[in-house]
Amino acid sequence: MNCPECDAPLAPFAPDTTEGELLPCPDCGAELEVVSVSPPAVALAPSVEEDWGE
Amino acid sequence: MTRVAIAGGSGYVGGELLRLLLGHPQAEVVAVSSERRAGGYVAATHPNLRGWTDLRFVPLAELPECDVLITALPHGYAAEHIGDLSCLAPRLIDCSADFRLADPATYREWYGREHPAPAWLERFAYGLPETNRAAIREARYVSGVGCNATAVNLALWPLVRAGLLDLTRPIVADVKVGSSEGGDRASESSHHPERSHVVRSYAPTGHRHAAEVRQVLGVDAELSVTSVELVRGALATVHAWLREPPEERTLWRAYRAAYAQEPFVRIVHEKGGNYRHPEPKILWGTNLADVGWSADPRTGRIVALCALDNLMKGAAGTAVQALNLMCGWPEDAGLRLAGLHPV
Repeated sequence: MNCPECDAPLAPFAPDTTEGELLPCPDCGAELEVVSVSPPAVALAPSVEEDWGE
Repeated sequence: MTRVAIAGGSGYVGGELLRLLLGHPQAEVVAVSSERRAGGYVAATHPNLRGWTDLRFVPLAELPECDVLITALPHGYAAEHIGDLSCLAPRLIDCSADFRLADPATYREWYGREHPAPAWLERFAYGLPETNRAAIREARYVSGVGCNATAVNLALWPLVRAGLLDLTRPIVADVKVGSSEGGDRASESSHHPERSHVVRSYAPTGHRHAAEVRQVLGVDAELSVTSVELVRGALATVHAWLREPPEERTLWRAYRAAYAQEPFVRIVHEKGGNYRHPEPKILWGTNLADVGWSADPRTGRIVALCALDNLMKGAAGTAVQALNLMCGWPEDAGLRLAGLHPV
């Protein structure tokens, strides 16, 4: 299973992982939502954009 | 222990070489020279080294023979005296600009004079391990690297080696730099009321490090260098255009292919947080270079970024990394340093 944003390999889910849980990608820091535990799958979680003076 | 001497140890690069080598597991600093400070204690010039050494500076002429000589002399001196300097040690690393450019004509073009020892140029390996590791391992003579050139080279290297750039479009590197790049000699422009708070375009065009970028990457990149309110640090913001519309996974693959195994280059391209892009200040005192990018799907422009400490990854740190390679030591010996936060 890889990060849908940067393709980094992701560690297997912990045994107590549940659907809807948020996990950070270790490489790009994207917030990933667990959309399925079996088979394991994640999707990019909706994010709130920060406005840095834009 | 390998006996190392430093020629020109009173400047900022010399001070960093001392800081790194005094704690190095395989190297012993046996002597350090300074004409200005001869006779004085090293720690009186580099107060951060109090308690680390009781060495005193000696004149260059009194440096003993040693296993490795590292020179951090003013630009031009090593080239003028390379014959004598090379008699002191079988291996030599020169931190100045004197032996970075392999081609005498390129040296003449950028430095405005004939190289004093052109026959020596081909004996030196360019000292950037990330692009020239194999040659450094085999070399007896290694050049230093330009700090701004290194920031630009490391920013662009993954994109160039992967063939992702449209080389018919310009590549322009804007480099923000700290005051320590100017060395330890005061001048009118570095007088505190003049230097403090500047955003000074000191080399909008014509910076010499462009020649090093051309030599290392084989592409022409224009440099604009701006002095900002930093003592240490450089941030290269390099504008280029991609051949194909940007695809994040393709870019990640290119950066990982270039740097996943590199001990001192980190890919910083995060989705959020205050440090989502490379930032020099958290690298102060380290040999790390942080690289990242932002690609604009609307235009195909990519902004490649690299932050580093100009005195470390841009000078002394890379020199010690090269020393480790030349001597067959672990590449990170004496260099495993984390940065500071907050700072």
